[in-house]
Amino acid sequence: MEEDKTGTSSTLSVSATSIKVTEVSKDGDALTFIIVSQKLSGTGEYHVDRTYEDFEWLQQHLFSLEDVPGIQGIIFPPLPAKAQLNPSAKLVKQLGLLATGENWMLYCKALEAYLQQVAAHNTLNKTKDLETFLTSAEPPGRQKVKKGIFNRLSQAVEGIRKEGHKDVDEFFKTERDHNFTLTGFSKTAAERFLEVVLTEQKIAMACGHFAASLQLCVEAGEDPDMQTFSKMCVKISEVMVSMKSNVQKVAENNVSTLGLGLDLESRYQEAEKEMLFRRTCKLVELETASRNAERAKPVKKAAMDEIKRAAEKDFDHTSGVAKQEIARFQRARVDVLRQALIQWCEQQLLTAKDSAELYKQHLQAFRGPASSDPSS
Amino acid sequence: MDAPRESPQQADPQEPQDGHGETLLAEAEPVTNTNGPKQNSLLEEEEEEEEENLYTEATEEVSLDSPERDILLSDGPSPVTPPASLISPHLPHNHLYTHCSFDEIEEEDGPDLFDINISVSDPEKVGDGMNAYMAYKVTTQTSMSLFKTKQFSVKRRFSDFLGLHGKLASKYLHVGYLVPPAPEKSIVGMTKVKVGKDDPSSNEFVEKRRAALERYLMRTAKHPVLLKDPDLLQFLECSELPRALSTQALSGAGILRMVNKAADAVNKMTIKMTESDAWFEEKQQQFENLDIQLRKLHCSLESLVCHRKELSVNTALFAKSAAMLGNSEDHTALSRALSQLAEVEEKMEQLHHDQASADFYLLSELLADYIRLITSVKGVFDHRVKVWQKLQDSQLLLQKKREAEAKLHANKPDKLQQARDDIKELEGKVQQGERDFDQISKTIRKELGRFEKERVTDFKAVIIKYLESLVLTQQQLIKYWEAFLPEAKAIS
Repeated sequence: MEEDKTGTSSTLSVSATSIKVTEVSKDGDALTFIIVSQKLSGTGEYHVDRTYEDFEWLQQHLFSLEDVPGIQGIIFPPLPAKAQLNPSAKLVKQLGLLATGENWMLYCKALEAYLQQVAAHNTLNKTKDLETFLTSAEPPGRQKVKKGIFNRLSQAVEGIRKEGHKDVDEFFKTERDHNFTLTGFSKTAAERFLEVVLTEQKIAMACGHFAASLQLCVEAGEDPDMQTFSKMCVKISEVMVSMKSNVQKVAENNVSTLGLGLDLESRYQEAEKEMLFRRTCKLVELETASRNAERAKPVKKAAMDEIKRAAEKDFDHTSGVAKQEIARFQRARVDVLRQALIQWCEQQLLTAKDSAELYKQHLQAFRGPASSDPSS
Repeated sequence: MDAPRESPQQADPQEPQDGHGETLLAEAEPVTNTNGPKQNSLLEEEEEEEEENLYTEATEEVSLDSPERDILLSDGPSPVTPPASLISPHLPHNHLYTHCSFDEIEEEDGPDLFDINISVSDPEKVGDGMNAYMAYKVTTQTSMSLFKTKQFSVKRRFSDFLGLHGKLASKYLHVGYLVPPAPEKSIVGMTKVKVGKDDPSSNEFVEKRRAALERYLMRTAKHPVLLKDPDLLQFLECSELPRALSTQALSGAGILRMVNKAADAVNKMTIKMTESDAWFEEKQQQFENLDIQLRKLHCSLESLVCHRKELSVNTALFAKSAAMLGNSEDHTALSRALSQLAEVEEKMEQLHHDQASADFYLLSELLADYIRLITSVKGVFDHRVKVWQKLQDSQLLLQKKREAEAKLHANKPDKLQQARDDIKELEGKVQQGERDFDQISKTIRKELGRFEKERVTDFKAVIIKYLESLVLTQQQLIKYWEAFLPEAKAIS
């Protein structure tokens, strides 16, 4: 192994699955996240506070890891967009499902997933930067980091041209097509699921308004029929409140299980897309270098050949890593979706059972005992 | 949202109103009946029952004029004296509002228990183009001796219902009975149906109308006095009913009425009654408040129904997405699970749609019915004020005549005699006025008592039905989730 200037051969001292983003605190417009992780040695845990900039720092450092052959073949765990306290409409749209949870809890879960994914990645988790991020009391340097070759902007510009570039490898050709389809579908699915959740929230609000308005129908008066009616209004109001909490719970379940899963799937497909694109760029580089080497004048030939060999080596490494990453990714995403679907189903089932019970109780209260009291 | 009340001018009875040659009933004669409602009070019935269509969904209903106003041109029989006392026990039936517990019998009377069940069903389009109409089957099931048989059906169209309401209103409103308001006309809705569009919104319109007609008949039949009315009985029993012409929307008469309405608004506002009975004042205030509350509630409900429909649509869209994901998925078990997810979501789309229907047909329409009923209530209060006003006028006139008589001496024996005759007549009028006022006050008290009891029964029945729908939805969901769980777990 080459000498690790960036500490690529160190091991993480905490358990990947134990990493939790437990809290978020507000500081002006910025959010600070509390991250807790358990020591592998079992002797305790680390508590650190980090801002979004710290996450970005980590991500950038991962992108610019040195001495990792074929690094561009890695599917980097996707970091969610930056969250702000009073998000603009554009940001809300960008965050999608992640913006809907209460008190940013969902967003914390997404950050948590990110950290766990990085910590579970056999290459990425070897960097000292991850260790620093998770364990150091001091926030990692918040200075501007060098933007590696992963500058999205430049990619976007060249992207249109290169993205469609024909592949030499059947496996990758298929994978690129497949990924293209899935990226689109999963994004749409996440967006439509968000719409469902937002509508549920509107229903909850309407129920709340109705319940509140009903309370105003309560009339003072000694007239027995009027009193009966007033009591009834109060009861109906309670039914509405139950309806409201039912719909809210359903929305919450949706968002915290399947919603999170769909969001992650969508962003991860994007991450794979970016990796495949990088590899395609390497392919283009290689093909260009080959052509140049072929056409080179004898004077330059040796140099061109050297470039071509380097490009070839790089491309092969990248493709090799990419194949492994793809296999790993396929397993991981099935797992994520499986978990999401099971949890979703279980939670919704529980909520439905609870609600059925509650509504039955209301029904009993209205039907009352067989005797004549209409207000029981 | 309330338009001001109005008391219409007495229009010239002979004036032709539109091309159909409809005329006003000859009710302008100031007959002094000692036995019942004055003829000319007929004109005062164009009540403010349904001044405007309050529950307009944006593209649907437009109410040009309130059916009440049709009384002016109703071709019903002349007014009948309503019975002097409220009779017959009042027991809720058990059809439309099931699960009602038995209320106590209000008043003991004849051998007939209140047992009647009316349903409106089988809407059928008759005819073509703009002359087409919907015919509804009205089925009555009853054991009451009022009727000739135990079960019978007739075919009726919407204008028949309006005609019935017009007749009932013309007979009973001005003496203080709460005549349930008829469902509203809708130009847009009916035009779609006539033109032959067989789309969900037309079907929804017909269903909404059918349900409203059914509720209308049941509410009317539940009224112990109205139930005995010959027009109602004829409506329910006779196979052929003379067509009620005056209810055509857009008739010239309709426009005339609207003009009158505007003019009368000013007139109305100037009547101020000195209320000697605190009960009435209190009640009026209560109904004002109730009106405001119910309208607010209705608004929230419409919002709820709207969002629920939205949810159904969004769920369907998501189901499609899930299906596409499932189809593109390589991993077999995951692909299967995603396809199952799509199916579950499709089922939920239906559930949400059904729930929206329950929201609407049960809760929303209940509130709308009661908002309309309250306009009836306000109407009878207004009638009472009119009766009082009449009394005041008579009393004032009497006083003037007496004063004038006092000034007349034996000089002019003819004039004196005339004056004394006039005074005698006026005294009779005043007495009648006092009787009328007492009667209407008494009737209103009774009617409001009935209203408040009915209100409890109605709301309770609807809420029970609604809760049952909620329970059913949750039980369905449980089934779907339980079926889906093994599919999710099967992903390896």
